[in-house]
Amino acid sequence: MAKYILKRILYLFLTLFIIATITFFMMKMLPGTPFSNENRMSAEQLKIVKAQYGLDQSVFVQYVRYIGGLLQGNLGTSFQFNNEPVTALIGQRIVPSMQIGAQAMVVGTIGGILLGAIAAIRKNTWVDTLATFISILGLSIPSFVLAVLLQFYLAYKWKIYPVALWDNFQSSVLPTLALSALPLGTVARFMRTEMVDVLSSDYIELAKSKGNSNWKVVTKHALRNSLIPVVTIIGPMAVSVMTGSMVVENIFSIPGIGEQFVKSITTNDYPTIMGLTIFYSFLLIIVYLIVDILYGLIDPRIRLGNGGKE
Amino acid sequence: MEQIPQIPKDKFKLIHDENNADQEKIGTPSLTYMQDVRRRLFNNKVAVVCLSLLSIIVVVAVLAPVIAPHNPNAQQVTMSNLPPKLGNLNIPGMNGYQNMGGKMVDAYKQAGAPDGTFYILGTDYLGRDLLSRIIYGTRLSLVVAVLATLVDLLIGVPYGIVSGWKGGKTDTFMQRIVEIVSSIPNLIVVILMMIVLKPGLTSIVIALAITGWVTMARLVRAQTFQLKEQEYILAARTLGEPSMKIATKHLIPNLSSTIIIQTMFTIPNAIFFEAFLSFIGIGIPAPNASLGTLLSDGQKAFRFLPYQMWAPAIILSIIMIATNLLGDGLRDAFDPQSSEN
Amino acid sequence: MDKILEVKNLHVDFDTYNGVVHAIRGVDFHLNAGETLAIVGESGSGKSITVRSILQLLAKNGTISQGEVLYHGDDLLQRSDKEMDKLRGNKISMIFQDPMTSLDPTMTIGKQVAEPLLIHNNVSKKDALKRAEEVLRLVGIPNPKARMNDYPHQFSGGQRQRIVIAIAIVNYPEILIADEPTTALDVTVQAQIIDLLKELQQKIGTSIIFITHDLGVVAGIADRVAVMYAGRLVEYGSVNDVFYNPQHPYTWGLLDSMPTLDTSESDRLNSIPGTPPNLLNPPKGDAFAPRNAYAMAIDEEEQPPFFKVSKHHYAATWLLHPDAPKVTPPASILKRYEKFKTLGGNVENV
Repeated sequence: MAKYILKRILYLFLTLFIIATITFFMMKMLPGTPFSNENRMSAEQLKIVKAQYGLDQSVFVQYVRYIGGLLQGNLGTSFQFNNEPVTALIGQRIVPSMQIGAQAMVVGTIGGILLGAIAAIRKNTWVDTLATFISILGLSIPSFVLAVLLQFYLAYKWKIYPVALWDNFQSSVLPTLALSALPLGTVARFMRTEMVDVLSSDYIELAKSKGNSNWKVVTKHALRNSLIPVVTIIGPMAVSVMTGSMVVENIFSIPGIGEQFVKSITTNDYPTIMGLTIFYSFLLIIVYLIVDILYGLIDPRIRLGNGGKE
Repeated sequence: MEQIPQIPKDKFKLIHDENNADQEKIGTPSLTYMQDVRRRLFNNKVAVVCLSLLSIIVVVAVLAPVIAPHNPNAQQVTMSNLPPKLGNLNIPGMNGYQNMGGKMVDAYKQAGAPDGTFYILGTDYLGRDLLSRIIYGTRLSLVVAVLATLVDLLIGVPYGIVSGWKGGKTDTFMQRIVEIVSSIPNLIVVILMMIVLKPGLTSIVIALAITGWVTMARLVRAQTFQLKEQEYILAARTLGEPSMKIATKHLIPNLSSTIIIQTMFTIPNAIFFEAFLSFIGIGIPAPNASLGTLLSDGQKAFRFLPYQMWAPAIILSIIMIATNLLGDGLRDAFDPQSSEN
Repeated sequence: MDKILEVKNLHVDFDTYNGVVHAIRGVDFHLNAGETLAIVGESGSGKSITVRSILQLLAKNGTISQGEVLYHGDDLLQRSDKEMDKLRGNKISMIFQDPMTSLDPTMTIGKQVAEPLLIHNNVSKKDALKRAEEVLRLVGIPNPKARMNDYPHQFSGGQRQRIVIAIAIVNYPEILIADEPTTALDVTVQAQIIDLLKELQQKIGTSIIFITHDLGVVAGIADRVAVMYAGRLVEYGSVNDVFYNPQHPYTWGLLDSMPTLDTSESDRLNSIPGTPPNLLNPPKGDAFAPRNAYAMAIDEEEQPPFFKVSKHHYAATWLLHPDAPKVTPPASILKRYEKFKTLGGNVENV
């Protein structure tokens, strides 16, 4: 296990390095500079500004500097936003993003587990059909469509929640709902399949033949065995929540990282795009790593080795 | 038991002679695998409904130039933001009336539209016919989906087959590449590609192609790995059939279910990404319509003109739901155990 | 002898995609206290479904449409699922076929063995675990104390089946239902498990219903045998009756396909041609008729009743009807009849 984790961490750095390199050179390939709009700048001024950002050096030197900076935790400096370092931008904006992301993950996962479990237990009944329908809606309707609909009805028409504001918990409800639909649908579907499988397994029959009530069979045996594989889809879900957050934060005017990312794209703020790309990748790879380790820890077949034999 | 039933004596003649030929007969006519799949698919009502819906959408999209009532990009500023109206039928919400300052006003009359002019789904802020834009937008989304699927098939499938079939060092090397590509979040790659390339259809497809094939390659590899060890394939190899022939005659047919099912998940994914990119403004450039740009335009005006948002939202959702459900239906049809037990 | 369990006219239907499958079509048998009853038949004959009906552990699409399951004279089919829970794993318990899949992979075996104790008795967790350890020792798990906290995947197949048996007997049940407990095991391990069951039966005095498709296993453990085909019993009696004086052509076929010590190199092992009938539309007459070389016209029209062969030996075949022609069973069966005479039986129909 320790060796495996070490190997994974090594891979993590390798992947990050590759991402940083690709990002850097892609940004260099871009036509135009962020200063192309600023016509009022004289050639002299432009030179000074370029020197200030280190853009007068050769691409290779810039690359080495960039990677060197990354190793020290420096994600570069934004061209816009008062030349703030990207890390500082992230620092200011991480709290709302994390709050909404975490809320959506928790709501989606727990809701999905319950929905999937109920569907599996009541398999082939109207309950199952309804649960399956909800999960299909959740994973089919893009989060930004859902966000706009929620905003229109719950905020604009019925005025239950603020339209676009970020201050208290109340204002995080709609974005959380919009973002949690996809994880909810995904988890519910996955959970249903797993649980149906587990419920038809021999050890569940044995558990029932021991005299366990149906409730106990589910809570003591079926749930745990179905939940273990669900851990593996937390990674992909984090990706989808992150994707969704970019538009959802925009729609609800939430000062988060996703909103920043989209703003940077539309304003050609390359250092910020680069910095946020690497930050996002780092975040996701860490999530994947944690999930993998977690999976190994909770499944005795992997934790104690001799696993895939069955 | 106690009472022995009275039976006519002639009933006690032995009926079987030596020939027991018909004992080996199987009672029901056997169906081929594909016939069986088709039967199961068409018995699944949900799948049939989804298939029909998608067929209609595809036909409308293909025939867009014939069906669309207006040029999707033709602007007519005087006719801007007209609400939906369907002929002279007075259906509430489809009669051209609009709430203005608490009063229902005939927006068409106000705009000075000639008699008989109507837009079934209304017009947008530049006076373009929304229905036509939606038809063309759907067409564009479907083109993205088809191209993304083709890339999946052309790169992912051969990659998976070669990797799984060759095994050994080739496989290890090819899987390393897959690992690295798949560990980079595909959204990041897509967005980076979109920034570097000029926004447009080609860029979207290229961006999706770079990351999209990985899942397909993985699934096909795993399946090939299993099939390779099957007796009939071993037999074909022993008999010296060339690899190409084994691949086309034995592998591809047996991989088809995996490939078809995965395709049904590639399609909504591609449609989603197009809509997503267009929504944040780096997808299909103006003035062309795609479901994403229509949604984005609609969202800007949705408070006062919600119909501009509703129509593309519904179409996009229907396509997503129908492909997902059809994918489920196909999986159940190919692998009945997945649903029956 | 006390009949502790009696199954009467059991009918079980399964609702499937293709229609209703009449899996069990009127089965009667009983179990005496302290004995071992073997139910034999090929796959799909309904053995497992029959015994699962006793504990009402059928799949969701299965229903018991008719019949009674009398446990000490009390019809279990009238009990609710909750009332059945009190019986399951307590008075009546079950051993399953595949030890590789019948243990919960994420629970330590100590907890799994202790579970029925905690469900049915008012004992502390500590006492239950202690008792579980004793039972594990009883079923022959070496060093049980150290292995209580291990997970199923850390045990071999034979050991896992011992654990499954430990779970079944931890409450000293009156009836132990063993559903093909040796099928998934190596031959050497099979014998060990049979010996273990016999030994446990002596120690705790439980009655056993033993299901198998392997006649070789039956001889070693059973007192009485019931032969099942296509959802009905076709013949039942003592082990000697069924093995050495079989009357039903299906039993002949089964025995004829089984090697014995007398089988010489020149002898062929015969198989029964054809496949069992489709129980979506069960045949009107004897279900075995289409595969039966001795079938008569009546077999295709009417189901044969049970004819009495001797005091405890019955067979459902029209061949036992007084009007039926005398047929010559396969050679290997004739050899068995010879042996039956030496055992003091009588070949003549009663």
